[in-house]
Amino acid sequence: MSSLSASSPKPVAPKRRFDTRRLMPYLFISPFFILFGIFGLFPLLFSVVLSLHSWDPAAGFEAMRWVGFDNYTFALTRDDWLHASLYNTLWIALVAGLPQHLIALPLAYFLHTCFGRWRNLVVGLYFLPFITSTVAIALVFSALFSKDFGVVNSILAAFKSVPLVGAIMPEQSVDWANNPQYTKWMISFVVFWRFVGWNTVLYLAALQTVPRDLLEAAEIDGASLWRRFRYIVLPLLKPMMFFAVTLTIIGNLQLFEEPFILTGGTGGTDQAGKTAAMHMYWVAFREGDFGTASAIAWLLFIVIAAVTGLNNRLLGQREND
Amino acid sequence: MATTSSHALAPTAPLTPSNRGWSKPKRIEASQWLAYVIVGVGALIMFAPFYFMFVFATHTNTGILSVPPPLWFGDALGENLKILLERLPYFWQNIGWSFYVALATTALNLFFCSLAGFAFVHLEFAGRALLFKAIMATLLLPTFVGMVPTVLIMGWFGWMNEHRALIVPGACGALGIFMMRQYIGSSVPKELIESARLDGCNDFTIYWRIVLPLIGPAMGTLGMITFIGSWNNFISPLLVFRDMDRYTVPLALRALQGTGQTPWGAICAGAAIAVLPLLALFVISSRRLIEGLTAGAVKQ
Repeated sequence: MSSLSASSPKPVAPKRRFDTRRLMPYLFISPFFILFGIFGLFPLLFSVVLSLHSWDPAAGFEAMRWVGFDNYTFALTRDDWLHASLYNTLWIALVAGLPQHLIALPLAYFLHTCFGRWRNLVVGLYFLPFITSTVAIALVFSALFSKDFGVVNSILAAFKSVPLVGAIMPEQSVDWANNPQYTKWMISFVVFWRFVGWNTVLYLAALQTVPRDLLEAAEIDGASLWRRFRYIVLPLLKPMMFFAVTLTIIGNLQLFEEPFILTGGTGGTDQAGKTAAMHMYWVAFREGDFGTASAIAWLLFIVIAAVTGLNNRLLGQREND
Repeated sequence: MATTSSHALAPTAPLTPSNRGWSKPKRIEASQWLAYVIVGVGALIMFAPFYFMFVFATHTNTGILSVPPPLWFGDALGENLKILLERLPYFWQNIGWSFYVALATTALNLFFCSLAGFAFVHLEFAGRALLFKAIMATLLLPTFVGMVPTVLIMGWFGWMNEHRALIVPGACGALGIFMMRQYIGSSVPKELIESARLDGCNDFTIYWRIVLPLIGPAMGTLGMITFIGSWNNFISPLLVFRDMDRYTVPLALRALQGTGQTPWGAICAGAAIAVLPLLALFVISSRRLIEGLTAGAVKQ
């Protein structure tokens, strides 16, 4: 670009003007590509390199030593914390993710069909968690979930006197943050709480595209609310289900902030709340092992790609009926 | 709580075919009322943490630690703010940094994304469609994989502990370009651009004088989304900042954890302050915000 704007002999002048104008569009879109190149693409490529080396970053580039796939084999065969954290990640992803959609879908349908004036307020209340600071809200949740005075335990205790329901309530106050049995439930609830409104809003947006006369015709024909949902709405919503579930999978499998704050950055007792992304962070910045951390990152990426692929087979555009 | 909300499934299964004939209107009414109640309780559960955040912010630690926990506002807000500022001496500065980072990121995104969006709609150039697809494809790349090298890059640039380490990498988002392209394509007529070009305007003048004044609504939506994302960002500051006086708000709040007895009142006061700007934005324009955030998903 700079060579073109440099002064040139007179006869060329019209052509030069022509050229700079043709370059304008590229100049306009260049910020994205420059920034992506430096802060997006390069880190990705460099992390491939890092994952194949053993390196103490403090010792400079000379200390980089090629180790092939050793980092990967180490992570896969001997890093017990990685296995545990991958298990935690999948557990939380499922327990926090599945109810989100099982509730968001009918909720969106119900809001779409049966709500008039109050719709925006209700949608807003469900959506609010999605836009608030994870850190702030996770801190508030650690207060709500605390053992001796937490609101959650108080509510559970109040339910104890109710017949039937009381029987399944815990005998003592639950130590959500420190009892490994409960840590994942706590994290999953917070993740569920944060994203159920987002999914509802996605499904609501997709419902706008379902033709109203189709639903009305079905109603006149005597199809119940449930049948209309099952046979008209659900098939039409399938593309959005695929999209929303994909977002949930990708988001939940790289979960970091919620478990990090809720367990005080430690992963909780017995690391019960440590996710794979947290483990990667731990290996990189606490143990200073950038090579293994990069290998873990790519292994996690493979897991995400595999689960997304599975979802593609289940909900993707395979069947057209 | 989770069990309560899972009953929200109920509204979808109100009728069995056998009883549909005679009792249909009444049954629908009853089941719908039940569904309304469940949705209402769910909305309360969604809002409860915010409510308790504000309530706890006005109670002393002993008040919060009592059983049952306080349900209405107290008078210890000043005391909590004092504790907050003792634990986080730079808290007001942290808020200032958060505003600085979020506003700078937002301004840069608005400019760069709208400029690129304009180019993709109204300018002709070789590879236009391909380059746009490339930008969209970057959304599929796993960002967390680049976390470790990004820290190295920031070190090489000498950007550790610097706020530009947050602002520059996020200055031009792919989703923003997508949004702008959609909006400019649907709201800035081609004829307007053509006539301006005949009048001798160059591409940038057209963008600055004609396109920019027409895309206010989309700029507002993109601005809010970018601001919120930047304001809530936790991982990047966690990787970059070392000194407390440089922290943004989320990182500062996290520093309240695990130092002796947890000051719950102060934590909730700090969290409330961190959430307030977002609540204000949401109250002003939740509809546009929701529409903007889902626009990308619907059009795919």
